[in-house]
Amino acid sequence: MAEFTMPSLGADMDEGTLLEWLVAPGDAVHKGDVVAVVDTAKAAVEVETFADGVVEALLVQPGTTVPVGTPLASIGVGPVAPAAAAKPAKPAKPAKPAKSARPARPAKPRRAAEPVKPAARGATAQPPVHPPAPVVRRVARDLGVDLATLTGSGPGGEITRDDVVHAADQHPAPAARTTPAPPAPAPREGMRVSPYARRLATELGVDLAAVPLPADGVVRAADVRAAASGPAPTAAPLVAASAAPDAEDRRQRMRSAIATVMSHSKREIPHYYLTSTVNLGAALDWMHERNRDLPVTARLVPAALMLKATALAATEVPDVNGFWVDDRFQPATDVHVGMAISLRGGGLLAPAVHDTARLSLDAVMAAMRDLVVRARSGRLRDTELREPTLTVTNLGEQGVESVLGVIYPPQVALVGFGTVVERPWAIGGLLGVRPVTTLTLSADHRATDGFTGSRFLAAIDRHLQHPEAL
Amino acid sequence: MSRRGALPAEHGTATAKHRRDLLRTMVLIRRFEETCAELYSSSRIRGFVHLYVGEEAVATGVLAALGSEDAVVATYREHGHALARGIGVDPLMAEMFGKVTGCSRGRGGSMHIFDAATRFVGGNAIVGGGIALAVGLALADRLQGRNRVTVCFLGDGAVAEGAFHESLNLAALWRLPVLFCCENNRYAMGTAISVEHAQTDLALRASSYGLAAWPVDGMDVVAVEDAAGRAVEAIRGGAGPHFLEMRTYRFRAHSMYDPDRYRQKSEVEDWKERDPIHLLAERMRTDQHLTDQDLADIEEEVAGLLTAAVAAAESAPDEPVEDLTRFVVSERPA
Amino acid sequence: MSATIETTYREALREAIREAMTQDDRVFLMGEDVGAYGGCFAVSLGLLEEFGPERIRDTPLSELAFVGAGIGAAIGGMRPIVEIMTVNFSLLALDQIVNTAGSLLHMSGGQFNVPLVIRMTTGAGRQLAAQHSHSLEGWYAHIPGIRIVAPATIEDVRGMLATALADPDPVLVFEHGSLYNAKGTLAEDAGPVDIDHAAVRRPGDDVTLVTYGGMLPTTIAAADLLAADGISAEVVDLRTLRPLDDATILASVRRTHRAVVVDEGWRSGSLSAEISARITEQALYDLDGPVERVCTAEVPMPYARHLEQAALPQPETVAAAARRLVRGSDG
Repeated sequence: MAEFTMPSLGADMDEGTLLEWLVAPGDAVHKGDVVAVVDTAKAAVEVETFADGVVEALLVQPGTTVPVGTPLASIGVGPVAPAAAAKPAKPAKPAKPAKSARPARPAKPRRAAEPVKPAARGATAQPPVHPPAPVVRRVARDLGVDLATLTGSGPGGEITRDDVVHAADQHPAPAARTTPAPPAPAPREGMRVSPYARRLATELGVDLAAVPLPADGVVRAADVRAAASGPAPTAAPLVAASAAPDAEDRRQRMRSAIATVMSHSKREIPHYYLTSTVNLGAALDWMHERNRDLPVTARLVPAALMLKATALAATEVPDVNGFWVDDRFQPATDVHVGMAISLRGGGLLAPAVHDTARLSLDAVMAAMRDLVVRARSGRLRDTELREPTLTVTNLGEQGVESVLGVIYPPQVALVGFGTVVERPWAIGGLLGVRPVTTLTLSADHRATDGFTGSRFLAAIDRHLQHPEAL
Repeated sequence: MSRRGALPAEHGTATAKHRRDLLRTMVLIRRFEETCAELYSSSRIRGFVHLYVGEEAVATGVLAALGSEDAVVATYREHGHALARGIGVDPLMAEMFGKVTGCSRGRGGSMHIFDAATRFVGGNAIVGGGIALAVGLALADRLQGRNRVTVCFLGDGAVAEGAFHESLNLAALWRLPVLFCCENNRYAMGTAISVEHAQTDLALRASSYGLAAWPVDGMDVVAVEDAAGRAVEAIRGGAGPHFLEMRTYRFRAHSMYDPDRYRQKSEVEDWKERDPIHLLAERMRTDQHLTDQDLADIEEEVAGLLTAAVAAAESAPDEPVEDLTRFVVSERPA
Repeated sequence: MSATIETTYREALREAIREAMTQDDRVFLMGEDVGAYGGCFAVSLGLLEEFGPERIRDTPLSELAFVGAGIGAAIGGMRPIVEIMTVNFSLLALDQIVNTAGSLLHMSGGQFNVPLVIRMTTGAGRQLAAQHSHSLEGWYAHIPGIRIVAPATIEDVRGMLATALADPDPVLVFEHGSLYNAKGTLAEDAGPVDIDHAAVRRPGDDVTLVTYGGMLPTTIAAADLLAADGISAEVVDLRTLRPLDDATILASVRRTHRAVVVDEGWRSGSLSAEISARITEQALYDLDGPVERVCTAEVPMPYARHLEQAALPQPETVAAAARRLVRGSDG
């Protein structure tokens, strides 16, 4: 027995739809006879059998789409009576030379009356006997053509691809709904380093964070080399390397570095700001009481309390403590509060008080002193400059009431304390005078909302009301 | 010329053996092509495949008139040319399968059959793409003083290409030894000759370049061989390029399959009346040059060749992928 | 040190053709007006008289046919030099170059190589307007199976032809129209040169300027401007556009860490794009800045001189690109 399979009718054909059987079980077929019509992506094609024999069974009904190679019919192979004469093109058989031995046309395969009704190709008298081929449906979908509105021109009135294309030409579908995606903000980085400079930095052991930024914000090999050969310790992006012998040059570079980072912050970070007034009466009373027993070098300053209170609050509201990196907030495990320190020659630094929340107040105080001294003498370690997870700025010394600062990327929050002033303060329905400060928060709206920020400020306030617990 | 008439008895000088060879070549081509159709249907060979069924007399007759030193430039419907030129069934079939044992190491496929040994410079898948190349081969022969002929097959579709006109002009201008052999099967793919050409007498058009050109019954292998023989003889004698318009017909679709919507079934059937294999076989029977047993022997021998070729091709090795980029440029000694 | 002679690019090329034809009977020249006229650019002036019409062969205006005939003649054992008047006309023969010359060896499974040399004029700068000013060599460099060379110096135009003729595969020679009158000295015994390697035309340390053909003089001039600025530019002349000599390009870039590609072709999908990609693929971590490209403005070449000059890479624009890389600003 031989199988008649869905033939491959082209280099790009993977499947085909059987449109029509031209033979029925019991029919004799010969190699080369057309036995079926198959629809491909291109058109209906008559297909031939390569076997001689008798059709035993039709395995696939018209309208069915099957992969190439799927058996469509079984053909019992055997001698078939008048086969040879039916093959006009073959001299192989002992056909007589007389012309009468060869019919003028190829023998039309005889059909049984049932089960197939091979409609004449192009006939439109009867309704389509089967649904349009998948390719037709797909094209209709692509072109926005409603198949129900079409009259097929294919065999049995079937809708062909041409019908669909034609219909689409007549009635172009409305323009596809296109919702242009909003332009994505181009990712920018505050600091750009050439690949070679990056490699060189690794080779020379230069911390890129400490390389001073050139005016255009791009660190090149020359900048890395200068940093590597400079006598001074490295500095942070916000820092002028004191390596530069020329103070004016140093100041310039400091300004330019600050400009770059701050511009980046204001450009990239959607800041929001919260303000709260905090009564420092309890805190300062407690502090003065405690300082009374301490040597001058060990005495606390209000900033130490503020720093510690902020650190403790950050452990409670961890969403403000960390970094915005790669379009997402990455919380920090520990709290390292950066302390903004202005430099005498201009500019500022914000080194971290390492693990602020876990330090005792005295330790915080000692750390602060150490940092200020070293910052002003240019001896900070670069880790201290890269470490802050959150920054506190205190401009109280300068007498300003409040500071709404600019966040240091990639941090997401900056806490500001204004000067401590005595203000009328209502307590329990009575008016009194208390030392107060304006507590502010600048926060990255990508990382948090105002509600979170409010909780954070409230927590700082709460901790400052209980200085003994700091 | 009669469509249905028997071959004139006095035609040609072919011996019985020679005619038997012609018949065998045509049967071989026919059966090779039918085998390709079957293999293609079952996805065992792929790509674009253009079958020569119906046109066998052209390649068979023309190439019978050629010597081994001559060159052949063919088209993309060139299985017949290759077989008639003497390229083995095995390497040809292996090429269909894309195997390393194929005549083009599986890099060409159906449309790019090449064989240096028989100076068969290619199937060419660009319509008209080989015509200028054939002119150049002839130019090389001329410049090197070799008395060779280059046969260039092309189709009626190629006559519409600029390449045809530029090349015929050049060949005629320089009187180069080229035989242009136009296989006019009346359709450029699906475009009928009357839809494509303002002047459908292609020999007439070729003759406007000042070369000898005439039409030939391309279904009659003896007529084809005779015409080609005369042309080749004239070319070798220094008469310059010739153009033969072989009026022929393909019985099957343009490519492996096409819907054949562009021509009437009755037209195909009419042409099948003049099946070139039948015409020759009947002629040979009339002249007592062919018995049923002779024909059965040819069929059997051809069937055996094809069965063996398919089996060999299927079991042949692939070109190693590591060799993918070989033959982009010539390999030079290290 | 051998004696030198004063010559021009054109004369050196003519001498190369003459030498090739004298040494090898298989070599012949064909093309439009190569004979009686003496060549559109007077390259073959006098050769018809010397070698006769069989070997200095005037052709009809049939680029497809005579390029195809060149392919056939090459397969038939000759060593043809086919001259296409200008690169724009080569488009009429594109089918033969790509589909036949470039493909035949491969699709014949290694049986038929095509030892053909095709010469053509390329480039702008002479107010020849849109259809005679193309630099399409980058297109051709896209095609596997053909070798593309662009002699930019007198020594190269004198020496590349012989090497190209010795190549078993098709070689396309692009001669920039502005170079034919270039004067210079040449060793009296100048002979074949390799066509495998790029050449460093001027050594430098700060930036690599990669170019070829007609842009070499422009690029050298840019290097002069840069030198006056204290920037040391290395100029690499590709010489062969396919296959590209990655090693020479990369060795230079790895040393200077900066690259400017100067290409008279249009930028989009260009040879400069290919070179830039190769540098970033293979030397990214040596780069101290992005690869800069200086190309022709993407416009069909206008006739008016000031517009044409504005469209073409100029020494100043090349130098500015180099300064951007070295200094972070182009001033």
